[in-house]
Amino acid sequence: MSIRERLSGNEAAAIAMKQINPDVVAAFPITPSTEIPQYFSTFVANGTVDTEFVAVESEHSAMSACIGAQAAGARAMTATSANGLSLMWEMIYIASSLRLPIVLSLVNRAVSGPLNIHNDHSDAMGVRDAGWIMLFSENNQEAYDNTLMAHRIAEHKDVMLPLMICQDGFITSHSIENIELEEDEKVKEFVGKYQPEHYLLNREEPIAVGPLDLQAYLFEHKAQQAEAMKNAKKVILEVSEEFEKMTGRKYGLFEEYKLDDAEIAIVCMNSTAGTTKYVVDKLREQGIKAGLLKVRVYRPFPVDEIADALSHLKAVAILDKADSLNAAGGALFEDVTSAMYVKEKYVPAVNYVYGIGGRDTKADDIEGVYNDLSEIAKTGKVENPYRYFGLRKEAK
Amino acid sequence: MTTINANTPMEKMTSGGDIYEAGNAREFKTGDWRSVKPIFLSEKCKQCGLCFPVCPDDAIPVNKDCKREDFNYDYCKGCGVCAKTCPFGAIEMK
Amino acid sequence: MPYNVKEVVANKPSRFTSGHRMCAGCGAPPAARMIMRALKPEDHAVVAGATGCMEVSTFIYPYTAWTDSFIHTAFECAGATLSGAEAAYQSMKKQGKLPKDGETKFIAFGGDGGTYDIGLQSLSGAMERGHDMVYVCYDNGAYMNTGIQRSSATPKFADTTTSPAGTVIPGKMQSRKDLAKIMVGHHIPYVAQTVGYMNFKDLYEKAEKAIYTEGPAFLNVMAPCPRGWGYPTDMLMQINKLAVETCYWPLYEVIDGKYKINYKPAKKLPVEEFLRPQKRFKHMFKPGNEWMIEEFQKEVDARWQELLDLEEITNK
Repeated sequence: MSIRERLSGNEAAAIAMKQINPDVVAAFPITPSTEIPQYFSTFVANGTVDTEFVAVESEHSAMSACIGAQAAGARAMTATSANGLSLMWEMIYIASSLRLPIVLSLVNRAVSGPLNIHNDHSDAMGVRDAGWIMLFSENNQEAYDNTLMAHRIAEHKDVMLPLMICQDGFITSHSIENIELEEDEKVKEFVGKYQPEHYLLNREEPIAVGPLDLQAYLFEHKAQQAEAMKNAKKVILEVSEEFEKMTGRKYGLFEEYKLDDAEIAIVCMNSTAGTTKYVVDKLREQGIKAGLLKVRVYRPFPVDEIADALSHLKAVAILDKADSLNAAGGALFEDVTSAMYVKEKYVPAVNYVYGIGGRDTKADDIEGVYNDLSEIAKTGKVENPYRYFGLRKEAK
Repeated sequence: MTTINANTPMEKMTSGGDIYEAGNAREFKTGDWRSVKPIFLSEKCKQCGLCFPVCPDDAIPVNKDCKREDFNYDYCKGCGVCAKTCPFGAIEMK
Repeated sequence: MPYNVKEVVANKPSRFTSGHRMCAGCGAPPAARMIMRALKPEDHAVVAGATGCMEVSTFIYPYTAWTDSFIHTAFECAGATLSGAEAAYQSMKKQGKLPKDGETKFIAFGGDGGTYDIGLQSLSGAMERGHDMVYVCYDNGAYMNTGIQRSSATPKFADTTTSPAGTVIPGKMQSRKDLAKIMVGHHIPYVAQTVGYMNFKDLYEKAEKAIYTEGPAFLNVMAPCPRGWGYPTDMLMQINKLAVETCYWPLYEVIDGKYKINYKPAKKLPVEEFLRPQKRFKHMFKPGNEWMIEEFQKEVDARWQELLDLEEITNK
């Protein structure tokens, strides 16, 4: 039986970590993810977990210590946000290249500068090509569920890649919502034991990790990572199916909300999907065939599946909560449109950069996007595909 | 023996660049770096033990009786540290 | 058992093999090999390497020169990486996830770049947190791996590729950082400075103490670099000797805060004897530059005196 609770997103992540009971957690505080190591160190202090908590002196060291721990044969976890992830950046690449299934809870926040502590996705987007599996979570429940599934995916022998679970800073990390928790024993059984084939602490087979990997070898090692990332898609679906059997909560690569018969749709990630669902319902009452595709699995990117799911639309808007500053559009927009181009599915597409630095995303803003889409659907033409909403501008 | 080389396909390479045969660098011979060669003059050697710990390449074998043996030229890079350290002139650089 | 180099080498296996690709005559491998030999043969070690000469020359895919487990992640984080591995050991041992018998020891190796400079924060964190590990700095006084750039361990006036002895600025104008004392400031149980001298006795015994002292320990080992310092490759042991006999590189240890100088030269040699064979100090010997040698000598004298004072004060 699931347990009904009321928790914030950070509490949900910390409780999932407690139930997973990893061998090592190494973390450094940063708003808005600070509460995760705080809650977790309380579990450590009270002996509710077996974990060795390493209170490192920086996020760079947090990821370094996680790498050392995971390579040693342990399950290692951490949490961070924004500049913390930026400081980890070097080690983020090393973690994935060493094929260490470390699990990180990323509470999304704007990367400096200027300094801002509120939510957007610029931190996650900065590591989108780093070889990590990236799962996005609309609310505390999804943050919790994704965390419970994380190790099964990351540690699968065909995958062996690190994984980050994203949720929106403050919007979900600090708001208390209803949640269904699973029983400790069930989680323990579901997550299972970590049994690496090779690890530093195996005195019977000393190994060497992290070589100088020159021209004759690095390309092949990178291609192995790419293969693992491709394999991850299948594994994510298998694990999600098993999770559904245990909990009744269904997860795929993305969620389609009233998308089947939709004519216009929004593609977005994390908490904005909640607001969008509200707007979709409202528009449906007015007879407007609006829909939503909420990306859960951003890396590996489900190119074929997303292209198929959007192919019947008359117009689509892709919302990016991070600007790529490339004079072309956000990262999710590029991913979605290139997927559709390659699959030869043409749907007029428009990009909105929004919510930067915690700028509030209102139902009216989302409704405005659908209004724009209705116009685009009529003409089939997109004048300016790289747009903003929620930005103040001088009236022209 | 390491089976991985510059012709190994990616499927046969170790994951992440790990190596599971600790100490396998012994298979990599560095003796051809040498431009001068140490010669061991055993008759002058007093087995004092000064030369072998200074060898950066562990190219002076020591047997179980604590006695040094002739150079292992597979690895000796010819630096000459041993010859300069020997107080008895038992190592000559040629 | 008193130290006998022959017995140590004959009876304890080399855990840092031949076939590595450090330069001919490099001072780091004999020191590192002897440190690894200080492990009990039955003990296993996890070694972490900071990016640097030693790491890139001992673990070039698909070959490793380490017979123990080895991990390299990046330049600045050998301390943090190894502290993660040590935390894993503590956790898994406590949970019964590892075999009960057999010890694993944790040893990090970093050059002065990876230790004094870019890795100082990571090292400081690891020492402060009290991990049961030894951090060994093999100090060759510059970033040798990238081509002899100055570091905070580079001695004053040394000619490096980023502190070149020019017509206006005569080499590095700053004094070297005293890292061992910074480590003493962490109040860890064992800090020592050593070098391969007198049959490696000092180095071996300090390594043994560092490895088998519970808690964090730090070893600073001078590792001459023939290429970067500009002396003939065969002079390694003479350079080591001159560094000690001039008191440029004193041999000392600090046990629970108490200083002990392990070797006091009966007659301290003038530091110019250490400087003269090295091309990096060549400009100091040009007519008109006598002041540089004098200033260098003054600094060596002051630091030696400070050490003598510390020994006296901390043993009162």
